[in-house]
Amino acid sequence: MAEVLVYVDHVDGAVRKPTLELLTLARRIGEPVAVALGAGAADTAAVLAEHGAVKVLTADAPEFAEYLVVPKVDALQAAYEAVSPAAVLVPSSAEGKEIAARLALRIGSGIITDAVDLEAGDEGPVATQSAFAASFTTKSRVSKGTPVITVKPNSAPVEAAPAAGAVEALAVTFGALATGTKVTSRTPRESTGRPELTEAAIVVSGGRGVNGAENFGIIEALADSLGAAVGASRAAVDAGWYPHSNQVGQTGKSVSPQLYIASGISGAIQHRAGMQTSKTIVAINKDAEAPIFDLVDYGVVGDLFQVVPQLTEEIKARKG
Amino acid sequence: MSLRIVVCVKYVPDATGDRHFADDLTVDRDDVDGLLSELDEYAVEQALQIAEEADDAEITVLTVGPEDAKDALRKALSMGADKAVHVEDDDLHGSDVIGTSLVLAKAIEKAGYDLVVTGMASTDGTMGVLPALLAERLGVPQVTLLSEVKVEDGTVTGRRDGDAASEQLEASLPAVVSVTDQSGEARYPSFKGIMAAKKKPVESWDLSDLDIEAEEVGLENAYTVVDSAAQRPARTAGTIVKDEGEGGKQLAEFLAGQKFI
Repeated sequence: MAEVLVYVDHVDGAVRKPTLELLTLARRIGEPVAVALGAGAADTAAVLAEHGAVKVLTADAPEFAEYLVVPKVDALQAAYEAVSPAAVLVPSSAEGKEIAARLALRIGSGIITDAVDLEAGDEGPVATQSAFAASFTTKSRVSKGTPVITVKPNSAPVEAAPAAGAVEALAVTFGALATGTKVTSRTPRESTGRPELTEAAIVVSGGRGVNGAENFGIIEALADSLGAAVGASRAAVDAGWYPHSNQVGQTGKSVSPQLYIASGISGAIQHRAGMQTSKTIVAINKDAEAPIFDLVDYGVVGDLFQVVPQLTEEIKARKG
Repeated sequence: MSLRIVVCVKYVPDATGDRHFADDLTVDRDDVDGLLSELDEYAVEQALQIAEEADDAEITVLTVGPEDAKDALRKALSMGADKAVHVEDDDLHGSDVIGTSLVLAKAIEKAGYDLVVTGMASTDGTMGVLPALLAERLGVPQVTLLSEVKVEDGTVTGRRDGDAASEQLEASLPAVVSVTDQSGEARYPSFKGIMAAKKKPVESWDLSDLDIEAEEVGLENAYTVVDSAAQRPARTAGTIVKDEGEGGKQLAEFLAGQKFI
């Protein structure tokens, strides 16, 4: 059976959920061979094996942390040459897309980014993508070279599929470009204790109607009652009420959770681009004409300062 | 010596219009008004600020696209760029990102550059990989997704805010930089700027000017194929209630019914 390279997104050996989703998709095409780089790479093997990795290729070197993107491209290319895979799958993070694109160019392949589903096809893997603010769904394939495809979070379930997960050291030689862009300092984001926005099953977002940074507490309280991530519209972020890292929309994160709760968000195209593939959408807005209500499964026309705290209390009461 | 800045911009269908696909499954550019991609305005703005800080700088704004794409160049010129290059050729229709990056890289080399500046992604394709591809093709450092950027003494530095961390980056020129929408509001063209733009030079290049064969670009020679495009079915109308004092509880009831609670 053909092998499929899966690029592992991990933090010091802790594998992030989108990589496990990639393993589910990779198994539809062939046998997953994982590539884990940097500090803690070998620690990823156990969880990757549980989810279907037949092999885990690992490499660690200071270059991976000290220089931007290119050392990882060199390593992924080394893995590609060692394995000759049927496809290369990479999580659709900002960095993942850059790594994938440079690899594709080097190996003479086409690239598809931001797939939301992947199936085996007669002429290679078929990727489903959303286009034009998710108002269209396309099916695409790579027609030259080995398909390189990046896949968005929440595109497939995480499935247990025990495999050998044999760890093998990957020999990597860094090229002249690898040390071109130095990372002179790195400040990790402070953990909020909430799920990662793009990976969360439930997202609770606030917009212009929240009317001030100090009021985001009620959005966070609702999120915490549901174990959800917190999002914000561009209006709220531009006003400085919530960090840009939480922005949902065209220029922020695009999310596709099981449940999306929009509070005080009108639903401009910019925002819809980032959330309208959510499975269930709920909105609270005082303007009955707000376009967000065109998308919702359930909407409440009302004052979010009344509705949201009441909802939070009711959820807490029901959860006991 | 003068700092030569090339800003790559894209002419895109207006995101607030009714965007759709043409019969050949490329982006329909005829039925929807086009404009300079909003995300590229940030690139023009940062290039202008970098040029203002430099002793001597020249900004060339570059686009690949059909005739109408000149509008995007005019906008950038009216914001303050010095000159423009428009790569236009019928054989380019339907090029994918691999083909487009080839054309841009060749044009950048022909124009001459110390610094390439782009936006974080286009607002139509939204891939966000073009800057990395340009860096790979040009063989220069990639300093991408910056929310702050500075150029001094032949070195570019900037802040890249990622999911897990915020990083300070540093590279020597020549380099490819991309900037995010957090890099700073783009200026509006002044009346004077709009008038001045009319007199600024816009060069037109085709594939032969760039030593690119027709077989290297275009829909037929793309590295990817779109087999189908379907409009997402409109979401079925949901239940909308007016809050009469119990809205939160009613919503909780709905969520419980959907097993979210």
